[in-house]
Amino acid sequence: MNLHQIIVESINQAASNVFATMLGGELGPGSDFVALGAPEPTDGVVSFIGIAGPWMGTGSLTCSSSMACAICSQFLLTETTAVNEEVLDAVAELTNMIIGGVKNDLERHVGGLGLSIPTVVFGRNFKTRSVGSTEWIVVHFPWNGEQLEVKVSLAPNEKFALPLHHVPTHACAIEV
Amino acid sequence: MESDVLVVDDSAAIRKILQRVLRQTGMAIRTIHEAGDGQEALALLANKRVDLVLTDINMPNMDGLQLLKSLKSAEEWRNVPVVMITTEGGETKVAEAVRLGAAGYVRKPFTADQIKEKLAGILEPALPL
Repeated sequence: MNLHQIIVESINQAASNVFATMLGGELGPGSDFVALGAPEPTDGVVSFIGIAGPWMGTGSLTCSSSMACAICSQFLLTETTAVNEEVLDAVAELTNMIIGGVKNDLERHVGGLGLSIPTVVFGRNFKTRSVGSTEWIVVHFPWNGEQLEVKVSLAPNEKFALPLHHVPTHACAIEV
Repeated sequence: MESDVLVVDDSAAIRKILQRVLRQTGMAIRTIHEAGDGQEALALLANKRVDLVLTDINMPNMDGLQLLKSLKSAEEWRNVPVVMITTEGGETKVAEAVRLGAAGYVRKPFTADQIKEKLAGILEPALPL
């Protein structure tokens, strides 16, 4: 199994587990693809977590404002109709749990990794960019008629010596 | 005897969920205090006695492992059980928490049953009405 497959499988497993456990609902089946180059302008809520260690990059979750409110309502068992601090905090924690689950899986293959504290952005017509890497592994999940996007961008950290059995040919295509 | 609990997490959402879950466990809990990081927790503990600390690991200012270390090295807090609740699943952090004296470890995402099971040997069940 290569790193791409491991990341896709981990995202699917972690996202399903978090939604089932913390939101009491099931996510639809994820569809994955690789996104290259500059991202399209985005509306809604985007949350990021930095990943550092032998491999480094970013994990991200994107959804519409209405989906963020629905997530918060289910997460905290409250009625939320507008994006506020509580909604942003719920999305940040959801991202922490999903990308944290992916990180825990990846550690078995690439060694110890660290996560940053999540950052959440809410607005309209904004662009996001991860400096130094342009390839994202993206998984889209249907949920209550809307779409949740979970994506990870990861590349070897040149400051770390990679384990011998993890020598990459290029980013996100190592055999493990 | 009713217990006082301190929940430490930088996420207000998780603190709110833990408040709800703790009330559902059927344990004899009197007060649930909250802190957003290790520093806030230590400041609160300077004035309040608690019977259990539930703490996240990854937090700004002072993380959960530093908080655990501070509690276990202070005479007045050494015997207070500390349970870690975190997304961290790495063996290194688990081993470090155990070495520092953590009473238990719950991985996020968690269920109410997992929290209840972890606290069963630490807190007393509430008396039937």
